[in-house]
Amino acid sequence: MQALNELVESAASAIDAATDMAALDAVRVTYLGKKGELTARAKSVSQLPVNERPAAGQEINKAKQALQERLNARREALEAAALEATLAGESVDVTLPGRGMSIGGRHPVTRTMARIETIFRDAGFGVRSGPEIEDDFHNFTALNFPENHPARALHDTFFFPDGKLLRTHTSPVQIRSMLAEGVPIRIIAPGRVYRCDSDQTHTPMFHQVEGLVIDKGISLANLKAVLHQFVESFFERPIELRFRPSYFPFTEPSAEVDLLWEKGKWLEILGCGMVHPNVLEAAGVDPEEYSGYAFGMGVERLAMLRYGVSDLRTFFENDLRFLRQFR
Amino acid sequence: MKITESWLREWVNPELDTSALAHQLTMTGHEVDGIEVQGEGLEDVVIAEVLSHEKHPNADRLNVCQVNDGSGETLEIVCGAPNVYDGMKTPFAKPGVTLPNGMKLRKSKIRGVVSNGMLCSATELGLGSESDGIIALPLDAPVGELLTAYLELPDASIDLSLTPNRGDCFSVLGIARDVAALSGAEIKSAAIAEVAAEIDAVHPVEIVQPESCPNFAGRVIRGVDASATSPVWMTERLRRSGLRAISPVVDVTNYVMLELGQPLHAYDLARLQGPIRPRLATQGEKVVLLDEKEIEANDDTLIISDDSGAIGLAGIMGGLSTAVTNTSTDIFLEAAFWPPEYIAGRARSYGLHTDASLRFERGVDPQGQARAVERATQLLMEICGGKAGPLVLNTAEKFLPKAPTIRLRRARLASLLGVTIDDASIEAILERLQMRVVPVDVGWDVVPPSFRFDIGIEADLIEEVARVYGYDEIPVTTAVAETPLGPNTETRIPLEQVADTLVARDFQEVMTYSFVDSASDAAVAGAPSALVLANPISSEMSVMRSSLLPGMLLATAANIARQQERVRLFEIGKSFHGTLEAHTETLRVAGVVAGARLPEQWGEKSQAIDFFDVKADVEALLQLAGRASKVQFRAAEHPALQGGQSAEIVSGEQILGVIGKLHPKHGKQFNLKRPVYVFELDAEQAFAATVPAAESVSKYPSIRRDIAVVVDEKISGDELVTAVENSVPGIISTVRIFDIYAGPGIEAGLKSVALGLILQETSRTLTDEDADSAMAAAVRKLKEDFGAELRD
Repeated sequence: MQALNELVESAASAIDAATDMAALDAVRVTYLGKKGELTARAKSVSQLPVNERPAAGQEINKAKQALQERLNARREALEAAALEATLAGESVDVTLPGRGMSIGGRHPVTRTMARIETIFRDAGFGVRSGPEIEDDFHNFTALNFPENHPARALHDTFFFPDGKLLRTHTSPVQIRSMLAEGVPIRIIAPGRVYRCDSDQTHTPMFHQVEGLVIDKGISLANLKAVLHQFVESFFERPIELRFRPSYFPFTEPSAEVDLLWEKGKWLEILGCGMVHPNVLEAAGVDPEEYSGYAFGMGVERLAMLRYGVSDLRTFFENDLRFLRQFR
Repeated sequence: MKITESWLREWVNPELDTSALAHQLTMTGHEVDGIEVQGEGLEDVVIAEVLSHEKHPNADRLNVCQVNDGSGETLEIVCGAPNVYDGMKTPFAKPGVTLPNGMKLRKSKIRGVVSNGMLCSATELGLGSESDGIIALPLDAPVGELLTAYLELPDASIDLSLTPNRGDCFSVLGIARDVAALSGAEIKSAAIAEVAAEIDAVHPVEIVQPESCPNFAGRVIRGVDASATSPVWMTERLRRSGLRAISPVVDVTNYVMLELGQPLHAYDLARLQGPIRPRLATQGEKVVLLDEKEIEANDDTLIISDDSGAIGLAGIMGGLSTAVTNTSTDIFLEAAFWPPEYIAGRARSYGLHTDASLRFERGVDPQGQARAVERATQLLMEICGGKAGPLVLNTAEKFLPKAPTIRLRRARLASLLGVTIDDASIEAILERLQMRVVPVDVGWDVVPPSFRFDIGIEADLIEEVARVYGYDEIPVTTAVAETPLGPNTETRIPLEQVADTLVARDFQEVMTYSFVDSASDAAVAGAPSALVLANPISSEMSVMRSSLLPGMLLATAANIARQQERVRLFEIGKSFHGTLEAHTETLRVAGVVAGARLPEQWGEKSQAIDFFDVKADVEALLQLAGRASKVQFRAAEHPALQGGQSAEIVSGEQILGVIGKLHPKHGKQFNLKRPVYVFELDAEQAFAATVPAAESVSKYPSIRRDIAVVVDEKISGDELVTAVENSVPGIISTVRIFDIYAGPGIEAGLKSVALGLILQETSRTLTDEDADSAMAAAVRKLKEDFGAELRD
């Protein structure tokens, strides 16, 4: 009779030689099945002398267990290989583009306006709007532009036949908001404005964001602070600012603000000042009790600086090849 | 306004170089737009005399000139200028000299004749852009002298952008005052020596409306030679200040205006008929101005008149009939103070804009008239000779502007600026600005000088102090304010979210003009807009848009023309409606879609978009507001859209917007040849949201049953679904159309619609019997309402 160890050895090689599940199962039947060789050997233990039986039985059980483990391992290996083979057939070219639509994008000007809004909202400013077809009172008179004043001529105004006009700045919202809400007030007013001017650096329509803060004890120093903080927040870096005396009928003192751009070049970005007492009075606010500041910034100008756009007019040409850069 | 640096420095000469001076001007509120330095690199150019000239033997257009450059040697020069003449004094550059334009001169043969240098034009020397030939210097120009010394070169033209409140700064004197105040440098006295009268001649002036002319200075000068030539120092200063030399009388009045800020006018005395009478025009009164144009004056306009009628527009432009010519011998000089309120806006109403009106409408110094006439008399007699009569002043003291006394409070100044400036500094600043300052307990009483029309209230003084103190010196202090939390609504979808949703669905935002051409607007609106601009930039931008679509359709066409095959645009903006008396502005969200459903890709076949692609986009937007289920798409005619492919989007009685296919008849209007789908929503209506009200979801399983019915093809999907939903309320939770078929097997005019029903109860598990009876009820309802037959 073959030695047990030889039997185990030949079973092991048969297991290793099996290349699919059927072959492996055949090996199992040959050795461990009801009529398998190892099963027969186990049955034969009863024919041994009594004192030899425990040792022999133990040895055969050990051999059976070893073979079973070997079978299991081989089965797992074969299953894994089969799965691997299936999955290999399912592989794709991962470099091909995804299916369906891509995304569109915001216009750089609204993107800029949204950014400005967020910055001021975070500081507790409300956001207001007003009509674009305005009357003389809100666009000029209430803002301390006297009739026939040369400052009116600086606003190239689009008129309607009845004297109404397209607002030339977002400042009328100052008046409307103060009249509607009273003071104290902290608001910005983004929107479209219009000037009758069209050349390389002017479009007949553009956007401004107006700011207005009226409260007790508001000072020019406060205005400087908010604009410094805004510019630093908007451009995400410290930028030097310069406040130049200027003139707007609706602020006194008035300033234009330049920022130091590359190569020592100062670029004008906004106009601002302390709200003129006449404007406060026109809006029903006592200038002895309250003071405040206002500013107006050109959105396109900020967008041009922020995104490196060199020609203002491209914002209104709506060329998809240009716009797609801003998504 | 342009002024020259040399002229300014004659009045005030701070220890600052040109760029530092320009910086100071900018930081004072007079923004320097540009500095043009002229006459640099002309160190070797001298004044030469053309002794004689004759035609070049080999060239028709060239001359061969014999030239004296002061070196003692006569030089032969070939010159192409048409204006050369014997005895001419002109700039000369020798071989070896490099001109500002980079040209290096060499001794060279020109058509066989050696030229020993070049006679120069203004362009070649960088002294102006006009060249009619070489520069003709005055005949008394010293031969051999350096041109730069003779013309006071180099000199900078400083272009200032002056603010409209500072009328006092439209002169060398005015700018000099501000420079002096800022730098502390001393300013030359503006006092002018009086010219003693040599003759008694006066011309009568009748001030009939003194409130419109509270100060009028006049003087007769007889025996002038109006054909004399203005000296080069004067014409050069005028040129560098942007004015052309015209004649000595005009040059002198221009020069004095630039120097002192007071416009003057000179009349030919012989052509005046009777007394000069400034007065308001009678409506329609005609006057021919110096520019030879006749205007009809309005009755709000001051004119100068004599016995012949109107002879000029006061403060704007003189008249032709009394103008000085080069044969005039007797002259009447006028310098008046016309109050700004009588001048402002008038020039513009005639389409005029003159150096005089610019200054008068902003305000000239009411004390400056006599000074200006004295200065002009002095200069005119230097150039043209003549004998002066006495200066005659007509002053109505009562109507001269009164300088106000303004209380400046120390505490107010500190609180408005956010900085405390010591008293001594404040007083010094105000005094340097020529204000009279009287200390009082709370601050000062301040009287501004007569030329400062812009100082009327305390805030103006505070600005002056801040301006001279320096805006840069004001600290940066964050305001501390109460910031209570404000209202925040969930019943309105922010447009940012709408935009983000459209972006996520592959729409690109555009920005089109609020004004469009009338035809495009009417094509979409169906009727012409009443909101028409009086002064549009062009007819393409003349009416306020009543829809966002016209501009977007034009943008779509432009992009297709730029080879963009697939265009998906949206815009959020206002449309304008109604009449001028009662207009409304509506915030809208609009989209335009053209081309394939998807971008070209490997995994999907290209398919053209159709109505339902765009409808899905609109539905997604409406779902933001949480009420898409209540919104209906109702077939409706629309002027811009193709019938049968257009719908109104409604919720109850509210119209939220429209959707549909652009009618092909508009292809030409918008230059669009391919199918285009559009939508436009009223943002106020469409994005009014309901706050979600949650219901518990059923714990019991649902049953799905499908049926197919054959109905008339005109029955809408909406009608079928609503009927089924209403047939067994409470059990049918969802009805979905999952197939529509018409064709072989279905009678013409009918269609087969497959409906999937999901049945569910919240309190129990449904049985098959429940489902069977619900389905029976649904089929019955469809049959009753639409004559629907079950399809097997």
